Amino acid sequence: MCLAIPGKLIRINGDKGLADFGGVRKEVGLTFVMDEIKKGDWILVHTGFAMEIISDEEAQLTIQALDEAYHVEPISES
Amino acid sequence: MWNQFRNPELIGKITAKLQKSRTPMHIMEVCGTHTMAIGKWGIRRLLPDTISLISGPGCPVCVTPVSFIDELMKLKGVTICTFGDLLRVPGTKGTLEKARASGLVVKIVYSPMEALKLAKRKDVVLAGIGFETTVPGIALTIKKAAETGNKNFSVLPAFKTIPQALKTLLNAHDVHLNGFLLPGHVSVVIGRQAYDFLPRDYQVGGVVTGFEPVDILTAIHSLCMMAEQGKPEVLNSYKRVVSNKGNIAAQKIMNEVLEPSDAVWRGLGEIPDSGLSIRKEYSQYDALVKYGLEITDCEEKQGCRCGDVLQGKITPPKCPLFNTVCTPANPIGPCMVSSEGSCAAYYKYEQ
Repeated sequence: MCLAIPGKLIRINGDKGLADFGGVRKEVGLTFVMDEIKKGDWILVHTGFAMEIISDEEAQLTIQALDEAYHVEPISES
Repeated sequence: MWNQFRNPELIGKITAKLQKSRTPMHIMEVCGTHTMAIGKWGIRRLLPDTISLISGPGCPVCVTPVSFIDELMKLKGVTICTFGDLLRVPGTKGTLEKARASGLVVKIVYSPMEALKLAKRKDVVLAGIGFETTVPGIALTIKKAAETGNKNFSVLPAFKTIPQALKTLLNAHDVHLNGFLLPGHVSVVIGRQAYDFLPRDYQVGGVVTGFEPVDILTAIHSLCMMAEQGKPEVLNSYKRVVSNKGNIAAQKIMNEVLEPSDAVWRGLGEIPDSGLSIRKEYSQYDALVKYGLEITDCEEKQGCRCGDVLQGKITPPKCPLFNTVCTPANPIGPCMVSSEGSCAAYYKYEQ
């Protein structure tokens, strides 16, 4: 359950933003990464909050690992 | 660049080194996602007989006590919001999923903020389970509720902290451990330095590591080296994600809204200072206060040995219920319910 999922930040609006998770877009809270975040960054998202900014390579690696472990999209549209 | 973390040649080299290791090692992986990764990559089969990997209590669903589910079920007329994992965990009177049939309103949320949005219109209680990865988001949601003056929202807290869980396991004399694979995403929040007590107070080493085979094997090798040389320390092999100090902003909000408190762990009982409760200033958001609920320790279903599994005393197949009456399709204990529970991981990968 402590799994965080990579998303690409495509919009910033105050302490919130919009992140893309393999085509599914979700609102995410940015409070915990406010100091350094910029549009286009990859973020590790857990329960709707960005917990850390990560590199492109780490993001791809994590997405692949999630795909293999769960065989499902980690986030569904709701 | 990242293929290096699955490079077969590199895996072969580390495995060869590990095969030469002669020091008996009992290494605990604390995090459920590591349990899954170890199973999936077949890591146990790459190790010599002298090294055993033991699954620990790092699945928040698995350590949530039966009474937490029972107390949630008392909340008639309230919308209960929960992360999906908790839905199928059996309480004394069955699961939340089944209680829906008798009128309990249970909604699965992806984020605590969704629960707060729902609370604009009705009374909502969020099932507050989780370790340090999940807790800051819930703490921030409570703060937002206070800022917006929302009176409908509250959280039933059953938060746990990983460092204290490790101390408890080390203080128990019946499980001998000489190294920890430390969780990746919990450590994003609390940082590498949160584990400095391991070598200092217990002479045990730890490695914060990622979820790829090279991550895990390298960490095991480092722990073996530490034990052989008698020089335990806390290493960070996951620097691409985890820092030394962790996420300070997240820690700050956790401390502002929550404070250390005793907590009941399924299988382990009540452990002093091992959880987080909602501070008095925010007590109107505390479902324990608002609805007069109480989380207590209760007995497991007959035969279920999740408690022993969570402490690393037995491996899942040693439980008489494992793969006989307890399966992922019909789970008896929480370790089989959550996909990251030790029993579910063993069922899927280790048979």
